Amino acid sequence: MMSKIVRTMASLLILFALIYGLYIIMHGHLTPGGGFQGGAVFASGIALLIVAFGSDNIHKTLKEHHLSILESSGALIFIGLAFGGLAIVFFYNFLVGSPIFGHIPPSGPNPGDIWTAGVIPFMNIAVGLKVLAGLSAILLVMALATTLMEVEE
Amino acid sequence: MRKIAIAVSLSIFIAFLIATAFLIHPFGYPPSEMDDYIIENTQSETGANNAVTAVVFDYRGFDTLGEATILFTAVTGVVMLFRAKKKREK
Repeated sequence: MMSKIVRTMASLLILFALIYGLYIIMHGHLTPGGGFQGGAVFASGIALLIVAFGSDNIHKTLKEHHLSILESSGALIFIGLAFGGLAIVFFYNFLVGSPIFGHIPPSGPNPGDIWTAGVIPFMNIAVGLKVLAGLSAILLVMALATTLMEVEE
Repeated sequence: MRKIAIAVSLSIFIAFLIATAFLIHPFGYPPSEMDDYIIENTQSETGANNAVTAVVFDYRGFDTLGEATILFTAVTGVVMLFRAKKKREK
């Protein structure tokens, strides 16, 4: 656990870090980024929390087996969406033209709207869930092991 | 003996790198039909404005599945390793 200044600034900045990560995941089909990048940004926010508050305090609320469940559910959603297009071909984009995320933008450069791209937003959310949970679990487990080693010495 | 072998193999490797740097194709040549196809048809086929995301999640979905599997394996290995260490030290 670090000083009070660091803790206050971390608890202010964590909101922006997490919201920015979720924004990159959610707008993956419109702007640069996507599930992997947004998940990495979100996990860097978790890293900020771990550095500022200490891994023991974070571990009271954020357990690694909960993160493992989140990661596995992200992987299952991803594969399930891939199997959803199996009527035509594996990974077929079966939601284009349907009422859910089905708008087709005009061709050429345009800002677009968020209600487009079929299964790609859902896949972004699934992969983002998977990456943020996986990287947060890695960070948390490694930080816990480091504190245990310091106690032993 | 070992240092000589390392030096010879490293110099051969660097010679290949320099030769490749001189022999590499110029940018955009030979022209490929695949990128033109993706630029033309991304918006009508997948509906996504971001062509990179469309390639990653739609045209090349299997690659993303492999990446996700690699990440899953890495997380499983790290959590397993450090959890075992924690229990033994207690």
